[in-house]
Amino acid sequence: MKPFISYTGIVAPLDRANVDTDAIIPKQFLKSIKKTGFGPHLFDEWRYLDHGESGMDMAQRKKNPEFVLNHPRYEKATILIARENFGCGSSREHAPWAIEDYGFRAILAPSFADIFFSNCFKNGLLPIVLPAETIDDLFKAINKQEGYSLTIDLENQSVILPSNNKINFQVDAFRKHCLVNGLDDIGLTMQHSETIKAFEKSYYQKNSWLL
Amino acid sequence: MQVKTLYEKLFESHIVREDAGTYLIYIDRHLVHEVTSPQAFEGLRINHRPVWRSKSILAVPDHNVPTTDRSLGISDPISKIQVEKLDENCKHFGLTQFPMNDNRQGIVHVIGPEQGSTLPGMTIVCGDSHTSTHGAFGALAIGIGTSEVEHVLATQCLILKKFKTFEVRVDGTLNRGITAKDIALALIGKIGTAGGTGHAIEFTGESIRSLSMEGRMTLCNMAIEAGARAGMVAVDDVTISYIKDRPFSPKGEELEKAKVYWKTLHSDKDAQFDKTVILNGNEILPQVTWGTSPEMVVSIDGMTPDPQQENDLSKRKSIEDALAYMGLAPNLPVCEIHIDKIFIGSCTNSRIEDLREAAHVLKGKKIAKNIKLALAVPGSGLVKIQAEKEGLDKIFIEAGFEWREPGCSMCLAMNADRLNPGERCASTSNRNFEGRQGQGGRTHLVSPSMAAAASVYGHFVDIRTLN
Repeated sequence: MKPFISYTGIVAPLDRANVDTDAIIPKQFLKSIKKTGFGPHLFDEWRYLDHGESGMDMAQRKKNPEFVLNHPRYEKATILIARENFGCGSSREHAPWAIEDYGFRAILAPSFADIFFSNCFKNGLLPIVLPAETIDDLFKAINKQEGYSLTIDLENQSVILPSNNKINFQVDAFRKHCLVNGLDDIGLTMQHSETIKAFEKSYYQKNSWLL
Repeated sequence: MQVKTLYEKLFESHIVREDAGTYLIYIDRHLVHEVTSPQAFEGLRINHRPVWRSKSILAVPDHNVPTTDRSLGISDPISKIQVEKLDENCKHFGLTQFPMNDNRQGIVHVIGPEQGSTLPGMTIVCGDSHTSTHGAFGALAIGIGTSEVEHVLATQCLILKKFKTFEVRVDGTLNRGITAKDIALALIGKIGTAGGTGHAIEFTGESIRSLSMEGRMTLCNMAIEAGARAGMVAVDDVTISYIKDRPFSPKGEELEKAKVYWKTLHSDKDAQFDKTVILNGNEILPQVTWGTSPEMVVSIDGMTPDPQQENDLSKRKSIEDALAYMGLAPNLPVCEIHIDKIFIGSCTNSRIEDLREAAHVLKGKKIAKNIKLALAVPGSGLVKIQAEKEGLDKIFIEAGFEWREPGCSMCLAMNADRLNPGERCASTSNRNFEGRQGQGGRTHLVSPSMAAAASVYGHFVDIRTLN
């Protein structure tokens, strides 16, 4: 996993609430047995005017000029901002894989759905919860100024505005530790395998019908 | 003794270790399907890690499988690879799997309970958000992502924070024709799709106690649509009599021993929840979603909303977008919405009781002329066999339904069962998101009897007005 320490990028505004994981990556792309290659199909049904399938010649597809990621000013965006309950619905990790593969490193929203939120951290993608009013102010500022960029300083837990003002955010200490160091949490848990074995021993003594 | 909620009892009995509010939680049962597991098994292989406890795993292909004649195999080559990959992984790691042509095959959240693989007191995970279904048994059941699937395969544990507790109490008795699906949709209409975020819901109250296990599963299944990662119902006699004599459930002395423990799996009197919402069961009417999120729902006597009446600009835009996508006018009575296709199935509503409920409405009737396709998709091979024993298949077929093989089918349209752009479906599934049942498809979520009634009339009708 790519470590996430501090990152600066252009912000793309996706002005929608309840963006679900079916919209982020439609079901026809979940048939892949790989973790990569989902980026071209991120938001496929919103991004393109035709119906997308795996293996298509993407150069031939007609983009939806209305969709925000197709606006030239957001072509190089690497930070996404959206409204509340981002990532609701299916648990598919293909959603953060697609967002990360497209090139985003962070998502700002007033709230996220639980499973999506947890999946992001496993893939070097930082979801940041900010108050709805702050998100609203950011939407306005982004719409006003082309090339609007933010710096995200995970170590100091702050979003740095172009004015150099800082907005602090909360992040769970363990998740931050893993993200900053690019750690695989399976490796970390394996260090406790003796504790797990000891737990199992007493657990199955008590709950013998589960053996 | 300290009073505890059911969630706290389940969580605390599985703590392997804690570090500053981050817990390592032991997992009893791991359900696996073909879509969210291949990358996890690949991760194990790359890192030369074995499966920690292969006995804890039950695997089944369900999302991609065809619901038509299976003797021809899977025609979509990419779906075929994914299903074969599951076969290969189960063989390689020595896991129990019910392959596509086994009559025990079915939707993962139907077969777990059916096999007695889902038991009270367990922690249960699956790479699927509707894992919350299994909470109906007094278990802590949560949906996880593929990285977490790999983590559980390798360590038998999951890294979790404590959820907040949320009691949803449904008092009183339900009216005739009102089902668990209506309770779930009415709740989501009230609290919204993010109402349960960060919480584990426990459903309590007289209406809940009166539900069968099938009904409780429907309700817990939809907890995720309310944003809650887990839904649960306390253990009672209904739970225990469902479990008895299932292939994987404990027998004899072990069952007696288990029962003593299972009976403690309820929230203690005076236990404190972080949040409580109370619904009155006898006020719940049949529910129909009109929009593109399960919270966009009204009772059958209601109308589509008028965005002009909404002062919050962002909410107004959501209503406008949803009505436009759904091809519906504001202030339209839902009874006047005409339907093109019917889907009775999914992990929400494909169990034997759901099929009985729909067949009861359909008996001796025909689907309306405007219905292009009506699908009845049993949740498992065993549900299908049971339904056929009861003659339900004939009722469906005589009414004009297609009687299919088990799988997820048109709930998410990963196989060939799907809506075409602009088609409108009365569906017993769980999500009405844009494109969920096929690009451009329009989904209305309802109970099985409401879907059956809509198939007969060609538009939504109030099930309570039918005999």
